[in-house]
Amino acid sequence: MIPAAFDYVRAGSAEEAIATLAAHGDEAKLLAGGHSLIPLMRFRLARPTVVVDIGRLEDLSYIRDGGDHVAIGALTRHRAVETSELVAARAGLLGEVTSHVGDPQVRHRGTIGGAVAHGDPASDIPSALIALGATLVAAGPQGTREIAVDDFFSGFLETDLGDDEMLTEVRVPAADGAGWGFEKFNRRAQDWAIVGVSAVARAGGEVGVGLVNMHSTPVRAAAVESAAASGASAAEAAELAAEGCEPTEDLNATVEYRQHLARVLTRRALEAAGL
Amino acid sequence: MEISVTINGTAHTHDVEPRTLLVHYIRDVVGLTGTNIGCDTSSCGACTIHVNGESVKSCTMFAVQADGEDLLTIEGLADGDTLHPMQESFRQCHALQCGYCTPGMVMAAVSFLDENPDPTEREVRLGLEGNLCRCTGYHNIVKAVLHCAAGGEQ
Repeated sequence: MIPAAFDYVRAGSAEEAIATLAAHGDEAKLLAGGHSLIPLMRFRLARPTVVVDIGRLEDLSYIRDGGDHVAIGALTRHRAVETSELVAARAGLLGEVTSHVGDPQVRHRGTIGGAVAHGDPASDIPSALIALGATLVAAGPQGTREIAVDDFFSGFLETDLGDDEMLTEVRVPAADGAGWGFEKFNRRAQDWAIVGVSAVARAGGEVGVGLVNMHSTPVRAAAVESAAASGASAAEAAELAAEGCEPTEDLNATVEYRQHLARVLTRRALEAAGL
Repeated sequence: MEISVTINGTAHTHDVEPRTLLVHYIRDVVGLTGTNIGCDTSSCGACTIHVNGESVKSCTMFAVQADGEDLLTIEGLADGDTLHPMQESFRQCHALQCGYCTPGMVMAAVSFLDENPDPTEREVRLGLEGNLCRCTGYHNIVKAVLHCAAGGEQ
């Protein structure tokens, strides 16, 4: 399947990419690793008339120790996150979750920024960012702004990013010594999660839980977090995993089955996190 | 748009439409048809090639994204008449049935061993999860990759 025709612009800098976006509005799409956008374009579910290739902006590919956080450039490929010793030491959950994205070929090309900006509720990485309480940095014509991960995902494949904004950095609060667990249930190798759960238990008793494919957006299991923080066991807290979620029904699972999976996988993830 | 790529050590320059997928460029423009198209949905891995030494699904890249890059396809793996050790291991272990997935499987396996030269069987299976064999001939494929990792000798 061949995508619809488009004009191709290779951006030499983030500023150039933003200026191109600003000039074309919602007709333009950013191309990073391409592993979300190109499949959509091949099915013609996306038909941007202008594609702005930011894949060569090497200055946005980095993993740095920011003291109280780990800063990851938006164009950092999954393979780099997956194999980063810094990520393993200070945000181990994110490294583990990233190693479950797609397959090795996908991880060689796909980027963290692309995965997050795509806003797919079935994507694994947002669940880890929710559990870890990440902040996203966006650049636009007016400069940069920081967006809490809880304010970022606004609807199915929709985010808080404006038409003329691009994600530049993901900041993950350091979780040295925290326990964590990731559970992904799927039926085939390399497949999307039918349901997935990321959980972090920090030394102070704070618990973070993010869910995959349980809502129209990546979603926080807030009821589980507050129960766990008030001393509930993993099993007790996990009973609340589907609360407030509106999962969809599809070929793989009914709504009830997804709710059941969320409870079971949340318990396992919390237990793996040491609860 | 004009692009220049190196494929199997040979420089190529062509004018391509931006929407041309890399796999179509390699097969239809350059004429290297060893790289197969299987699912066309980024799932099966039949179109796997190396871009700057790493395995990539060439159906999920535009040719314009490969401008200036160094590509390796299945045709460039052997050294003349001498098979690459992975190809030799596939031959010795009968790691192909219909053969359609084989070019992508071999390219994925070579990239995998570059990253993990001494894998366990489970690691091989996970490392090849991006490649589907519809003959379900996985057993001998995994055996071949382990055989190659062990040095290839019988």
